[in-house]
Amino acid sequence: MSFTKHKLLVANRGEIAVRIIRAAQQLGIPTVAVCSEADKLSLPAMLADEVVNIGPARADQSYLKGELILKAAKETGATAIHPGYGFLSESADFAEAVVEAGLIFVGPSAETIRKMGDKACARTTAQAAGVPVVPGSEGEINSLEEAINTAKDVGYPLLIKASAGGGGRGIRIAYDDSELAKEFVIAQSEAKAAFGSGAVYLERFITQARHIEVQILGDGEQAIHLYERECSLQRRRQKVFEEAPSPVLSPSTREKLCLNAAALAQQLHYKGAGTLEFLYDDSSQEFFFIEMNTRIQVEHPVTEAITGVDLVQWMIKIALGEPLSLQQKDIRIQGSAIEMRINAENPAKGFFPSPGLLESVSWPIGEGVRIDTHLFDNYIIPPFYDSLLAKLIIHGNNRQQAFERAIMALDETQIKGVITTLPLHKALLKEPDIQAGLFHTGTLEMWLSENHEKLIDEEKTHAVTTH
Amino acid sequence: MASIEIISPLPGIFYRRPSPESDAFANEGDQVDNNSVIGLIEVMKQFSDLTADTKGKLIRFCVEDSEPVEPGQVIALIDVEE
Repeated sequence: MSFTKHKLLVANRGEIAVRIIRAAQQLGIPTVAVCSEADKLSLPAMLADEVVNIGPARADQSYLKGELILKAAKETGATAIHPGYGFLSESADFAEAVVEAGLIFVGPSAETIRKMGDKACARTTAQAAGVPVVPGSEGEINSLEEAINTAKDVGYPLLIKASAGGGGRGIRIAYDDSELAKEFVIAQSEAKAAFGSGAVYLERFITQARHIEVQILGDGEQAIHLYERECSLQRRRQKVFEEAPSPVLSPSTREKLCLNAAALAQQLHYKGAGTLEFLYDDSSQEFFFIEMNTRIQVEHPVTEAITGVDLVQWMIKIALGEPLSLQQKDIRIQGSAIEMRINAENPAKGFFPSPGLLESVSWPIGEGVRIDTHLFDNYIIPPFYDSLLAKLIIHGNNRQQAFERAIMALDETQIKGVITTLPLHKALLKEPDIQAGLFHTGTLEMWLSENHEKLIDEEKTHAVTTH
Repeated sequence: MASIEIISPLPGIFYRRPSPESDAFANEGDQVDNNSVIGLIEVMKQFSDLTADTKGKLIRFCVEDSEPVEPGQVIALIDVEE
């Protein structure tokens, strides 16, 4: 298909804006970048064909203001808007406003975003599609009495989750009735304050679970899966290190999990790229659907590395009307890939942020190395947004080779001027349990509390070699 | 009386209240001491308390609520007894 009559506005910043602009360029589609006052001298602004300054540095006055983005689209004659991740990417209202303005939203319909964005509703939808869910309440719980009754079936420990929450926010844990009585009221008022809705639901807390997610892609008619990503290494429920495929799934569990996910996507008539997140229990080899993200994810490149499919290009092509020509049988796992998130944070000092002048940056080279970043020499990293600076994506013929290449790649990487999480990744890659794939979602936080000294040493070594 | 400047140690956004609906941590005219939190600074989505670090009377805020600040910028003035 030719897309020459189209123009794509990228409603995001940082590395994902760069990623989307490049995907559009490869499809021959002109691009518009929007930027805040703080991002005028940024890589997306330099790479895009046109740039519109949409407002002040604060995200709630710029990147989160749908009307400013629509105004920029109108001014530049953009025909489609890609929301990236974060910001407005999962706002059903924004997706609706884009369509009402006569433009194309690169992503699923507002209806699907709304349906799957509501955690309780997503759960019901998954159950209807035959996908296992974590034992929990049927829909929302409105009173403490109802909560205590439901807890008998759900079992302790359990999580009280805000229906409108996400990214680990709006969750409280209770180990017995008396804790539930205390936490339930707090959860309701917190949910109300944070998300505008006090709706909560209950879910069994599976200790020592893995976070495994399945990438899906659909064109509204047909939906396929692109296998799974293992994202168990998290800190404060934020992913730090991801890989594909998961090092633990047996071929039969993998097939079952991924086909389940594809079935759910098919049932939704899903249009675009999406991710179904699951908890996986090593001991029972059971998986449970937890939530769906109706957007591209930060860690999408590991899937691209092992399948050879350009997810961002496909998102754009599907949105512009091209049918998905890939079939399930075309998708095969080739080797193994890992992604390390390089953040402007100091792991030796409680991950304290480190914005400011980046003096210089030097990336690794070689077989299987991909860098997604918006950095350049003398770039001033603004303090107003998240701390992600770059993603190192390393592909190998197998997991061991990916790790070996990753160790070399980290040694070759030099970032001067700001403190980053590079030393953390160096230390993690040397950990026997991580090399062996033995971890769960609580592993990294435990490791961090046990290895504080090691991180301080890594920081010192790092300072000597790179500053 | 002498005035002490409370300086932002970080770049980011300065907030005078813990959440938009809450009361301000401190108001002009309040008595503060070393541990009094007078605001928050948000840097890359992380929030740090800004404490008065001195005992006295907060006489003036020099930065509006929710405004960007630079490291070294004066956020508030405190009158201390000599």
